[in-house]
Amino acid sequence: MSARRMHPTGVIVLLLAGLYFAVPLVATGVFSLWEGGSRYGFNAYVSLVHKSEMWDSLWLSLRLALETIALSLVVLVPAVFWMHLRAPRMKPLFDFISVLPFVVPPIVLVAGLTALFHGPDWFVGTANYLVVPYVILALPYTYRALDVGMRALDLRTLTEASHSLGAGWGAFLLRVLVPNLASALAGAALLTIAIVMGEFTFANVLLFNTFAVYINYIGQTSATEAAALTLLSFLITWLAMLGVLLSGRGKGQAQLGGAH
Amino acid sequence: MQRPAMEQAGSAAGTQPVRPRGGHWGAMIFIGPFLLYVAVFLLLPTLRLFSQAFSGDHGLTLQYVEALGQPQTVKAFINSIVLSAVSAAVGLIVGGLVAYFLLRPQAPRGLRSLVTSFSAVAANFAGVPLAFAFIATLGSLGMVTLWLKNLGIDLYGTGFSLYSMSGLIVVYAYFQVPLMIIVIIPAIEGLRREWREASESLGAGSWTYWRHVGLPILLPSLLSAYLLLFGNAFSAYATPYALTSGIISLVPIEISNVLSGNVMLAPQTGAALALGMIVVMVGVMLLYALAARRAGRWSGK
Repeated sequence: MSARRMHPTGVIVLLLAGLYFAVPLVATGVFSLWEGGSRYGFNAYVSLVHKSEMWDSLWLSLRLALETIALSLVVLVPAVFWMHLRAPRMKPLFDFISVLPFVVPPIVLVAGLTALFHGPDWFVGTANYLVVPYVILALPYTYRALDVGMRALDLRTLTEASHSLGAGWGAFLLRVLVPNLASALAGAALLTIAIVMGEFTFANVLLFNTFAVYINYIGQTSATEAAALTLLSFLITWLAMLGVLLSGRGKGQAQLGGAH
Repeated sequence: MQRPAMEQAGSAAGTQPVRPRGGHWGAMIFIGPFLLYVAVFLLLPTLRLFSQAFSGDHGLTLQYVEALGQPQTVKAFINSIVLSAVSAAVGLIVGGLVAYFLLRPQAPRGLRSLVTSFSAVAANFAGVPLAFAFIATLGSLGMVTLWLKNLGIDLYGTGFSLYSMSGLIVVYAYFQVPLMIIVIIPAIEGLRREWREASESLGAGSWTYWRHVGLPILLPSLLSAYLLLFGNAFSAYATPYALTSGIISLVPIEISNVLSGNVMLAPQTGAALALGMIVVMVGVMLLYALAARRAGRWSGK
């Protein structure tokens, strides 16, 4: 009996699954190089590099991702910290709130937002408005990352030590808590980047030209360029997830994306 | 003796109320913005949909909610539910099998971390690019479609189309299977070797073990994973939008058609549709919470 050999069924299942996941990536890669007939080359990539709309949409999505991270942390870090230190009885409420974005799908949330807010224009009229729903979209992941990160810290000792050394709350949050949470914050930030870079629902309905909206637009006219951007998008997701796994506390965080 | 005295002192210190530094002001400053944010940008918009769905030109009305019974709307809900149910089942079975074979001791080293890290990426590989990856692969001019044609197999001649329900299920599997793998691995790992050894020493074969021990213990985890996958597919918008441009009627697509003014429907109809989606999602999440609680029983948490 060869105990170390895998059961043939297992080999077949894993091979077929591997094939299913590899083929679309390979096919997209080949397709992006297609130049009509039997000619292959980098035309699609070259023409993309020269398109300013592509860069504009890419930078816009990246900027929105950074803004989302900043706003998420400003709103969440103090709240989760206080809940852990002083109000542990609020934990069920926080847990409940953090799953609400799953109950209210993005398309429903954007319907509600458009029904509720019609202005002011400096608020809903610029792409920065997208950050508002993005924070909600990322909430389950940012909350979980912070919750896990803070559970591992002895917050009571940290606060008392820093207060006895004369630090105020602001100095405590910025110079004690945040450095101690570095890996949890990195995980939360990278997941947020992955979510925002691929987000389509809010941007499409609210008519802002983000990266995913641009990919959809270019797909109407040039399929090979859309394939090239698809690979770029996969690469961005891959880098973000790699970062999450490397940032140490990736286990259990890298669960689900919210932007299908 | 000193010990009781020390314990007393210790417990007294432990029960002493925390110094009310900041007190309620602290709670408001630290937690307030978060609760306010969630209230203004998540709860209020959702409640606005409720009031919109029930209000017409002349006050309260059930007209828009009743309109959910129209054949077109019913069709959208049926499509959405069937697509979610089937794609979740595919994810459950394929992802479950992959996770199971991956965790067998015979599986090659390194394969596991490769699969789990790829799953983390694929589960987060979002809507539009995913749709285009499959158009490049299995679309009417996709690479695999052309390769098969060169081999003499006419894929679209067999009735398959990427832009149909079966096509959507094939595409959805790309994020459902990885999600299942990520979610179910801890549960399968939780099956103790002793349980298997005990049942084997009692004469059980592999089948009997799974039938009477393994699957019953895994059942709540499998159920909660299934519900998670169902919800994941049910709220998906970008993938079907980019793939089918609205040919197949799904609830999220219908809502976006109302929002963008593509159809001559009142905004209240969109609100009623959104309400219907919330009802389904609330049901799914309640069942998920129940199943997840039962699943936690064996993990000792």
